[in-house]
Amino acid sequence: MAKPEQCKHCQKPATIHLTQIVDNKMHQVDLCEDCPFKQGVTDPEGFSLADFLMKPPAVLSARQEALKCEECGFTPADFKKTGRFGCPHCYSTFSDLLQPMLRNMHKDVVHRGKTPERARQRVDIKRKLTEREEAMTQAISEENYEKAAEIRDEINELKKQLEAETSSS
Amino acid sequence: MQITPLIAAKAELTSGGLPAEPIVLSTRVRLARNIVSFPFPGRANSSQREQVLHTCFEAMQDLHDFEDGHLLETLKLSPLEKQALVERHLISRELSQAEHAGGVAVSADQKVSVMVNEEDHLRLQLVRTGFNLDTTWNEINALDTEMEGKLDYAFSDQLGYLTACPTNLGTGLRASAMLHLPGLVMQEYMEKVVRMVNQLGMAVRGLFGEGSEATGSIFQISNQQTLGESEQDIIKRLSSILHAIIEQEQNARQVILEKKPARLFDKIGRAYGILQNGHLLSSEEAMNLLSLMRLAVDLGLLPEDYRTQVDRLFIEAQPGHVQLTAKGEIEPRERDKQRATRMREEFAQAPTLNYKNLSYPAG
Ligand SMILES: [Zn+2]
Ligand SMILES: [Zn+2]
Repeated sequence: MAKPEQCKHCQKPATIHLTQIVDNKMHQVDLCEDCPFKQGVTDPEGFSLADFLMKPPAVLSARQEALKCEECGFTPADFKKTGRFGCPHCYSTFSDLLQPMLRNMHKDVVHRGKTPERARQRVDIKRKLTEREEAMTQAISEENYEKAAEIRDEINELKKQLEAETSSS
Repeated sequence: MQITPLIAAKAELTSGGLPAEPIVLSTRVRLARNIVSFPFPGRANSSQREQVLHTCFEAMQDLHDFEDGHLLETLKLSPLEKQALVERHLISRELSQAEHAGGVAVSADQKVSVMVNEEDHLRLQLVRTGFNLDTTWNEINALDTEMEGKLDYAFSDQLGYLTACPTNLGTGLRASAMLHLPGLVMQEYMEKVVRMVNQLGMAVRGLFGEGSEATGSIFQISNQQTLGESEQDIIKRLSSILHAIIEQEQNARQVILEKKPARLFDKIGRAYGILQNGHLLSSEEAMNLLSLMRLAVDLGLLPEDYRTQVDRLFIEAQPGHVQLTAKGEIEPRERDKQRATRMREEFAQAPTLNYKNLSYPAG
């Protein structure tokens, strides 16, 4: 008989033994039935040791250390502490700090899945804009100023649309 | 009690869904989503969290999925009610313990649940009995598209859906299946399986007891990576791994039946005896006994409909449900007594185990 195990958190007899395998290593956590820390099979989100093992790069440059999200005030120190970001804008603020982490964590660093309709419209407008700007350069080089002026109007219209899309989101 | 109708209803996982299948108990897909111009729940202040909760509830109340469903604010629920919701996989333990504004929208059949202000503003989840990953994805995808028309999701062309934790970035998708693997546990193959699954970028979690005896022999297999692949590719990869595990489990069961049938039948017979005659059962012991009854059904020793009953009891044997049935908080010892009483009643009418009907694989 193995010795009775105690709950990791409250020292009551442990009846739940949660095992997770992360990076080929078994981690066993013993918990009591009532334990507030009990997560796993009864929890839709489960608890992921990978979350705990995921750490930002240990050494940050002085410039990186001084970064601060202008939307929510999050700093790299906050991220180190929680492993979470403060707001969607943090992803642009801490972009270069994040890249190596994403490379370790995921298949790739570019999204290949579903795109919401609103974002798709934004992408479409941007694509049209690039295409029109090229056409305008072309028209100017051909000294077709009438056509260039027409295209410029179209470009201004597209820019307005893009602004409307971006500010609404 | 706000959740009484929810506990009493026929839910997807407690007999409302399709008939239970051998090995795969259920399939689940969840999507993590956030709304632009609000900090993530962990960073938001209380008025922002309340705004997010109301915005999301408003967006969901008219959706077809939540017709006759429930919109529950967690701060208005008792601890016991929240525990029962956790045991039914409708909210996470994290959300049940949160002291800030949060909630969950649950469809009438409890297939769909959307948590608000968990780690992300929204966690959409859809569960089906059996092995139904494609259907599950298609259904949650449709709900997500509907929600997207009403809410402005935080999304980047490069990084996809932006989530509080970078481990969920991109698709925000976690697909998983609950597998019942008593054969692999008895044969002590689980460590090997887990290693294989892990090398393929998927996670295994389960409840383990001493040595190789896992609680209920139930394991959840899910994808770990969310960025860099399409949803369909993630699901395809998970599916093929699940098929491989199912095949291994079938093989393990056949080997046991050939090499040590007496040992297996002894376990099943004793479990049946304790469920019919026990007077004190912890939730862990109950899970293990029920697990053996599920195996007995798969082997043809008990009628098919007992599989759905076992799956329902897996949930109803949990501490929160035992106490809800008792209509109040009770001590663990008293729970063990009431749980055993319940099992005796549930199995009193069960037919005798029919070893002459043994057939594996079934059919
Ligand atoms: Zn404890
Ligand atoms: Zn931020």
